[in-house]
Amino acid sequence: MEFPLLLHILGASILVGGLITALSLQLVGWARETPGGAAMLARLGFLSLLVLALPGWILMRVGAQWIWSEQGWDDVPEEPAWLGIGWITGDLGGLLILIALILAGVGARRLRKSGGTTSGLIRSATVLTAITLIAYVVTVWAMSAKPD
Amino acid sequence: MALTDWLLALHVLAAFAWIAALVLYSVLIAALWRAALPSDVVRLFRVSRVGDALTAVGMIGTIVFGIWLAFDEYEIWDGWIIAALVLWIVAAAVGSRTGAAYKEVSDRASALVADGRDVPSPELSALARTQRGLVLHAAGSLLTLAILVVMVYKPGA
Repeated sequence: MEFPLLLHILGASILVGGLITALSLQLVGWARETPGGAAMLARLGFLSLLVLALPGWILMRVGAQWIWSEQGWDDVPEEPAWLGIGWITGDLGGLLILIALILAGVGARRLRKSGGTTSGLIRSATVLTAITLIAYVVTVWAMSAKPD
Repeated sequence: MALTDWLLALHVLAAFAWIAALVLYSVLIAALWRAALPSDVVRLFRVSRVGDALTAVGMIGTIVFGIWLAFDEYEIWDGWIIAALVLWIVAAAVGSRTGAAYKEVSDRASALVADGRDVPSPELSALARTQRGLVLHAAGSLLTLAILVVMVYKPGA
């Protein structure tokens, strides 16, 4: 039982870390930046989502499913609220990460080619990353405090 | 919700902040290896301030709420709690040394930019690729992972 929990927590930690890293890079890039600096920060923000947030989400989700099966939660007639929060933010968050990833990737590529300092796509990715991060912080609270 | 539930939630959130800082530093260290210009290095250290804040919140939060929880829910002298406390102290010492190793890089990059010498600098590149900083960061990350394993498995509990 401990290993799936370790996998779940480790994945969630990497996921949250990846989102915070991407958001920090995107926000610093959002401020007045030189073209070279903005492109570097945009690329790093995209890579943080790709190599940290996404694999972290997969680990977190695999661990969650494993725990669900082992603990027999599918036999419970009424799910507790914290579990419902976990499922909703877990799956919806995954979708938001995918959209943010695509926007950040295309935005970073366009920024590098155009030599500009800002991109609407990257700003949209920043907003989505922020929303996803807030949702996951609430989820971490709900999964650990387990409110009724 | 009972006080213990809040303590556990705050303890876990602090742990997430700590690990998030390590993740952020890992990205910045990898980026430092490729950074060509002093201004790029300065930019990366600007982002590292987020990691510094997360480290402070994470380390203080884990120890304060962790010890509080230990008194409230467990026994402070339980083997796994003692192990976690020792690992926390070692991780804090290693983290402090890691910060000192990278401060040198930040100071040098800032000095070059202030002097108007924002061109590729072999000296700065060598500093940014510090083996000592990298090894210390890896050690700090492994110690944090060890704390997580102890927290989940609670050996001897």
